[in-house]
Amino acid sequence: MIDVQNLSRFYGEKAAVKGVSFSVAPVSFSVAPGVVWGFLGPNGAGKTTTMRMITGYIAPSEGSVRVAGFDVVSQSESVKERIGYLPETPPLYDEMTVGEYLGFAASLRGVKGKNLKSRVGYAMERTGLKGVAGSLIRNLSKGYRQRVGIAQALVHNPPVLILDEPTVGLDPAQIVEIRELIRSLKGEHTVILSTHILSEVTQVCDGAAIINEGTLYASGTLEEIEKCFSGPPGLYIESDPLPSPAELMRVEGISGVRREGAGLHVAFGDEEAGIKALNLWMRREERLLKEWRPIRLTLEEVYLRALSRERGVKE
Amino acid sequence: MRGLWTVTKRELRGYLTSPVAYVLVAVFLMVSGYFFYNLLWWFHTQSMAQSQNPYYVQQLNINRFVYEPFLQNVSVILLLIFPLLTMRLWAEEKRGKTDELLLTSPVSTASLVGGKFLGAIFILLTLILFLQVFTLFGFLYSRPEPVPLLLGYGGLFCMGLAFIAIGLFTSTLTENQMVAASLSFGILLLLWVLSWGAEGASPFLRELLTYLSFFEHYKDMPRGIFNIIDPVYYLSVTLFFLCLGRRVIESRRWR
Repeated sequence: MIDVQNLSRFYGEKAAVKGVSFSVAPVSFSVAPGVVWGFLGPNGAGKTTTMRMITGYIAPSEGSVRVAGFDVVSQSESVKERIGYLPETPPLYDEMTVGEYLGFAASLRGVKGKNLKSRVGYAMERTGLKGVAGSLIRNLSKGYRQRVGIAQALVHNPPVLILDEPTVGLDPAQIVEIRELIRSLKGEHTVILSTHILSEVTQVCDGAAIINEGTLYASGTLEEIEKCFSGPPGLYIESDPLPSPAELMRVEGISGVRREGAGLHVAFGDEEAGIKALNLWMRREERLLKEWRPIRLTLEEVYLRALSRERGVKE
Repeated sequence: MRGLWTVTKRELRGYLTSPVAYVLVAVFLMVSGYFFYNLLWWFHTQSMAQSQNPYYVQQLNINRFVYEPFLQNVSVILLLIFPLLTMRLWAEEKRGKTDELLLTSPVSTASLVGGKFLGAIFILLTLILFLQVFTLFGFLYSRPEPVPLLLGYGGLFCMGLAFIAIGLFTSTLTENQMVAASLSFGILLLLWVLSWGAEGASPFLRELLTYLSFFEHYKDMPRGIFNIIDPVYYLSVTLFFLCLGRRVIESRRWR
């Protein structure tokens, strides 16, 4: 549905001021239809820039974006018809009422006549805005403004919804509500949402792309990401008595050993051969195994690693 | 031109719900009313004083002594207030981040600019409509020639189009409305006084400066003289700045 290839964006002037060239580069990920996809990264990672390129608000410096088979640059109108976009700041006109505003947003996207009224009604119903249809947007609370922003994005029934930090700045109850709403949109729309909160991704999304400092760190379904970044393959073992790291290092196939709590973290060069060798060694030396489990990184660890790796490189 | 009318309607609502338009229209009417009163008073006293002189009475002409200078004055007032009416056109969208909605909609930039332009034309027409109070007054108590009046108001409209286009262009340059207003004010003033420097210039330059000057093209129309070159000048200025504004908005995607 959405295909982002080798996307880059350079801010020539900005870089001149800061002395660093900033880019969202190179990012590649694909999103299947009818899923909620998270776009995860710390503030300033390039999430907003990437989303703006997907929606056609800014043009990519390099690479391409295709939405439903249409190219964002050369077929921008076809792409824009198929996208509903909630920017970081909801693009609201304070002097309009909720109903007027949604009608305006719908007719901008080419919804007409009878259809317009029913689409506006539908969007208000989905986002729980029926009660405030006649209120001026100026007088709405932050949570309601966010809802109007989402309603505006789905009022023309686009196959793709792009939501830039939809829960930022809301109180916990509102966050839960908005997340419920996004989850309920799954199936009808392909949703991409950006966030810097990991738990949001694990709660709402089917898949994610992790981005930091403009580069893609991981992308795929949540399981895929966890699996993909669980290496190097290793084991956590506890035994009685516990061998010393130096002893284990002499075993063939083991590439690294370090103490971790009451046990050892053993890393293998070749997983299969290493595990076999370790097993045989333990039996030969008559060590009684108390615990033996493979080490897999959780999504959280993958995320933190993505952040710290970048920091490490900088220092 | 899909979305053009939608943008225009929103633009009208923007004007009707903000106090700026009301205040500016009121100020405009107040000042032009004062000008009209003064001109009429002078005309009145002249006619009274010279009523014994048949030659002079023949020279008295309400078109020439009231409406022609009145329209000239009004055109200057328009120059002063239009930067304030147009400054919000795009700068406000940028400041409120609503340009992200407009530019990610399947509406061409030309339609966005066109819609905003049409919205502002509505204000221009409103102003000209209100001016008809003064025309009506003339027709009630005297017999002014209608053709110079028609041409005068038509010229005012053409000139207003150019004012709007220039204001719209400067509004696309910044998200600060004061900066937009100052810039368009500067451009308009410069175009106004351009011909003042023509005196000492070389013949070619003199002709060029005179041609480019804003009010040189509004000398003849209120007198009832129609030169196709005058509306052509205003319309080409309008088109030029509208295209420029459109380019500025589009260039944002690449910056």
